[in-house]
Amino acid sequence: MNQRPMTARQLGLCACHTCGLLSKWERGHVDLTCPRCRSHLHLRKPDSIARTWAFLIASYLLFLPANLLPIMHTNSLFGAQSDTIMSGIVYLWVSGSWHLALVVFIASILVPSAKLLALTFLAVSVQKRSQWDPIQRTNMYRIVELVGRWSMLDIFVVSVLVALVQLQSLATIRAGHGAVAFGAVVVLTMFAAMEFDPRLIWDPQDDAS
Amino acid sequence: MTKQTADANIDHLPEARVERKRGRTVPAVWLIPIIAALVGGWLVVKGILEKGPTITVTFKNAEALEAGKTKITYKNVDVGEVKSIKLSPDREGIVVTAELVKDAASYLVADTRFWVVRPRIAGGQVSGLGTLFSGAYIGMDIGKSATEQREFVGLEVAPIVTADVPGRHFVLHAETSGALQIGSPVYFRQEAVGTVVAHELNKDGRGVTFNVFINAPYDRYVTSDARFWNSSGIDVSLDAGGIKVDTQSIAAILIGGIAFESLQGSTNQAPASEDQEFFLANTRAEAMKRQDVMSRPFVLHFAKSLRGLSVGAPVEFRGIVVGEVKSLNVEIDDSFTSIRFPVYVDIYPRRLLNLVRGEGPTMAMDEASLRTRWNGMVAKGLRGQLQAGNLLTGQLYIGVDFFPDVPAAHIDWANTPPDFPTISGGFEEFEGTLSSIVKKIDSMPLNDIAADVRHNLKALNRTLDSADRFIRGMDQVSPTAKSALDEARKTLKLAERTLSTDSPVQYELQETLRELGKTAQSLRLLTDYLERHPESVIRGKKDGDR
Ligand SMILES: [Zn+2]
Repeated sequence: MNQRPMTARQLGLCACHTCGLLSKWERGHVDLTCPRCRSHLHLRKPDSIARTWAFLIASYLLFLPANLLPIMHTNSLFGAQSDTIMSGIVYLWVSGSWHLALVVFIASILVPSAKLLALTFLAVSVQKRSQWDPIQRTNMYRIVELVGRWSMLDIFVVSVLVALVQLQSLATIRAGHGAVAFGAVVVLTMFAAMEFDPRLIWDPQDDAS
Repeated sequence: MTKQTADANIDHLPEARVERKRGRTVPAVWLIPIIAALVGGWLVVKGILEKGPTITVTFKNAEALEAGKTKITYKNVDVGEVKSIKLSPDREGIVVTAELVKDAASYLVADTRFWVVRPRIAGGQVSGLGTLFSGAYIGMDIGKSATEQREFVGLEVAPIVTADVPGRHFVLHAETSGALQIGSPVYFRQEAVGTVVAHELNKDGRGVTFNVFINAPYDRYVTSDARFWNSSGIDVSLDAGGIKVDTQSIAAILIGGIAFESLQGSTNQAPASEDQEFFLANTRAEAMKRQDVMSRPFVLHFAKSLRGLSVGAPVEFRGIVVGEVKSLNVEIDDSFTSIRFPVYVDIYPRRLLNLVRGEGPTMAMDEASLRTRWNGMVAKGLRGQLQAGNLLTGQLYIGVDFFPDVPAAHIDWANTPPDFPTISGGFEEFEGTLSSIVKKIDSMPLNDIAADVRHNLKALNRTLDSADRFIRGMDQVSPTAKSALDEARKTLKLAERTLSTDSPVQYELQETLRELGKTAQSLRLLTDYLERHPESVIRGKKDGDR
């Protein structure tokens, strides 16, 4: 087919998210429900950009304490210490486990910040109805979504340690406030990615044609 | 699927239902960044609020200290953590920067002390063993001052007594430190009631000053006239009652110790004030003997040899010890014409002045009134005199007494120590008399006298002979006279025999005197030996010692 592919929106069609029924819709109407299961029908995720922004801003707000406050307090035979994510990485690095330091750095600093920046870029580009390389941007979104659930490495390590090393008199580990903030950042960026509607990347192309 | 079927299907699709329009509201999703801002803000604020005061402590070295690990503890509770360790600007030590818990701000006052707790074996005690496992930590003792402070100088050793232990400090002055060291116990009736917390050499190098801490409630047994003595070692004394061994405890023998007691029958039983100064005697006997902390140095100049006078010899007033000889010296003037013998003594003025009737220890003891008293007594004839204590051992002592007829003299207060007037006499006088007798005997024309006597005896003999002849001539005249003469002759012969050197009486007398001399000599040897080797009373005489 030489004809340019049509989208459901262009055909005036909308699929129900709940029961999958395809139904016609009239332009101008915003609040529609599925004729079969009465679920709300949305052509695009409602307020997608606004919600994405809300989660992104929340993530940014917590990203600072997540990196500045200690994530873990350890108290053992070898003394007590409080580690922020960065001091943990530095400790791993100087104690010779540079590969572990690299893993933690990528998982806990690089990935979350890259994710935040990528989502911000996507949200901005969509809001400005940019037509720049939608394929690239879609790929970017795909990676952000894929990587999201794996960026909880620190929280995972801390929770495993806290659970395992409660040998009381010998050593105690407590999660610090940083862990709360860090966990919140990871969850909030996941939500931000979830709320972002990638179809919006393509809409300016369709409208322009 | 073909285009036709798709088109057909689209035609058959149901219409979506139109809902009534809902009013536009602020999307609830914006609550999330607001909550995030609140949570983030709260976390940061909490972090800042939990941050306590930061202090710096200077130590000599950073041994066993580690930034980010070493804790600061008060009563074994962690109250802070070392954040960084740097060399001090003058490179003399290290500066530890530590962050304390929030509540700690009120603990940081001028006299709060910090020290490093490491495993340590000293003063017979093992401390800080726990740090072998936990690593060193910085101990803290909260002071009582009201001035806040953030910069401290750390102690090199842990203080023996922390500010929260009730009790009082006292100062002891001693001549030597003996076996005493920091941590040595202080005993009261053989109960350990305190500790030596510090000791240092006096600035002038004369003596040692100790600081002892007596725990409450025992500190009230330290009365203002308490007597302290060094109870390190074994104190053996020999007196009329036999041998007495006095010691406090094995610990005292090993690490030294101080004992104290209040003077029996003393009127001054009020508890001593904090930091009151006491004298630390070497033995209990000395402590009990010594009446005063306050001693006054004097110098007495004598013209005659001090042979027999030793350091430690008493200064007595009619048998009552009022002082002690501290040192002896010889002074020869530039022209080598006169020799003086200065004797430096310590006189305990309270003892001497207490002898004044009607005046007790309550009497004013300020410098001016003391001098007035001294001057008054010297004006009345108070003088120092060398006196013989023991003719057998030749020991001398200094006697002070009133001599009403002596020429006027005064104490030379300008001299340091003040020059106390003396008179010759006593032993000196006795010696003088003796030598003048010897001189007189020496100067007697004994040989001439002897010749005269011989001559006279010869003459007498001749007279007797002629008398004999004369009497024999008149035998018949007077038989009675003859028998009288015979009697006289017999008596003379007897006297002659008695006086001849080899007569039994003469021999016995000489023998007795010789024995007496020997006894005196061996007694002197014995006292000398005992003085040098008092332990021989118990152990017996060693072969090598002579
Ligand atoms: Zn449906």
